[in-house]
Amino acid sequence: MKTAAVERPPGTAADTTTTARPLNVGAVRADFPILSTQVHGKPLIYLDSAASAQKPQVVIDAERHIYERLYANVHRGVHDLSMRASEAYEMVRGKVARFIGAPSAKEIIFLRGTTEAINLVAQTYGRANVAEGDEVLITTLEHHANIVPWQMLCDEKRASLVIAPINDAGEVDMAAFESLLSSRTRIVAVAHVSNALGTINDVASMTALTRERARNAVVVVDGAQGVPHLEVDVRALGCDFYCFSAHKMYGPSGVGALWGRKTLLDAMPPWQGGGDMILSVTFEKTTYNEAPFKFEAGTPNIAGTIAFGAAIDYLTNLGLKAVRAAEHDLLAYGTAALSAVPGVRLIGTAANKTSALSFVIEGVHPHDAGSILDYEGVAVRTGHHCAQPVMDRFNVPATIRASLGVYNTREDIDVLIRGIKKVQEMFA
Amino acid sequence: MSSDLRDLYQDVILDHGKKPRNARVIEGATLTQPAYNPLCGDKGTLYLSLDAAGDKIIDAAYVGQGCSISTASASIMTDFLRGKTREAALVTFEHFRDMITAAPDEASHRAVPNLGKLSVFSGVAEFPARVKCATLAWHALKAALSQGSDTTAKPVSTE
Repeated sequence: MKTAAVERPPGTAADTTTTARPLNVGAVRADFPILSTQVHGKPLIYLDSAASAQKPQVVIDAERHIYERLYANVHRGVHDLSMRASEAYEMVRGKVARFIGAPSAKEIIFLRGTTEAINLVAQTYGRANVAEGDEVLITTLEHHANIVPWQMLCDEKRASLVIAPINDAGEVDMAAFESLLSSRTRIVAVAHVSNALGTINDVASMTALTRERARNAVVVVDGAQGVPHLEVDVRALGCDFYCFSAHKMYGPSGVGALWGRKTLLDAMPPWQGGGDMILSVTFEKTTYNEAPFKFEAGTPNIAGTIAFGAAIDYLTNLGLKAVRAAEHDLLAYGTAALSAVPGVRLIGTAANKTSALSFVIEGVHPHDAGSILDYEGVAVRTGHHCAQPVMDRFNVPATIRASLGVYNTREDIDVLIRGIKKVQEMFA
Repeated sequence: MSSDLRDLYQDVILDHGKKPRNARVIEGATLTQPAYNPLCGDKGTLYLSLDAAGDKIIDAAYVGQGCSISTASASIMTDFLRGKTREAALVTFEHFRDMITAAPDEASHRAVPNLGKLSVFSGVAEFPARVKCATLAWHALKAALSQGSDTTAKPVSTE
């Protein structure tokens, strides 16, 4: 494997020593109104941010402000409101580009989220570039959203879906990954961070290997679990497409973005047809708009997108370095605390991981644990986490996943541990 | 332990969840019905042996994996089914479902007959997230009795 020459991009390394300004979790918690609510008469302990993160007041206020002061359709009217709404909406495109280190705002396409972004790449770039006998390479740890769109594409084109395995720690076997790359590989699609295990994939090395061994392939990154926790720089990652959602990074649900290299976007056929994606329409011929607009048919989620901008500002102000350091500390604390409970087994112990503690309790089904923890006010996810191949790999039907966000504390972990002990008492 | 949680996790349920009865394959079963809850991954297979007339359930068994609620429900259901007619089994399915989907204030107004041992699941009504766990085996029963002579039955799903 020739990965030694590849430099780790910032935010993807295990290095968390650089903390510009430490996270003030107490102040952060005060930003999230929902954290002062109760569940079953107990204070809410929210450990399900990997499913969807809670929203700070500034994001809630941004969405409200738009409807109260700024709302009109975008890119359509000459009237003042429409102009101002369009301006606010387009400003977010620039914010998103800067947030992930993209060279140009024109490379940012607004969509419903990560799932839609991956489907767009599969249905436009994929359908135009994948043919019979070609291969799409993914890994065992992918979320269903980064499996099924490629299965659909491969079925249609009679191409093969190839799977790079993971080891017992939940890390991609890089030697196997390298050996599976070939001139037949057209698309490599990998998660930046595993939603079920928390593993941080070494995307920069994967991209470098792809360039070396599969020159015809593009690299698509599912960044849904990357953006809330890591400083993402798509140029350092070297990938071709990066997909993510606002709702995992404290923004609204139903909004997300696809970044793609401009040369690729320009060459790709449009996706859905409709308003805003055209330059001119006659019944004989339609001329398509340029990227990104040719991929944005119809009225978008205007207020949600502008509030997405507020979420980016919020995270940027906290500082991703500080976020990473605080979450890394909490992950270490949680890992030690869970490991100390007899009968608890962690699933996913990668050397380089973030924000997710997936585990099983001996003799207890995760759903039973989930109900009992819920009664303690602790919200965790139980189930297969839309990653059934990961469950199969570890030979468990489901896991309990406690996932961390900027507002979580050591006390939250302590309450979780006390809840687990209650679960064990009930099923003793 | 919270009393509400104890409504869900009654001792009988915990016992059957840990030691499910009739957890075996019936070789040569008259009806075989797979069941699957895609939301949580619970899956299993229901086996029914019917009498020569195809009306009375002689034997019932369920092999599967799942949470304590779905495991206990299959265990207690298969105990209950032995000796019941098709019609009685299907009527009980309706009553059981009504019992565990009744809103708390609605329960007293609904004419749900006493379901005997099955009534240990009445607490599920307070836990909407667990209704599918409790009904998975029952949906398999309904599908099995509706499948006729088709032995390559498709899995029944709670979704």
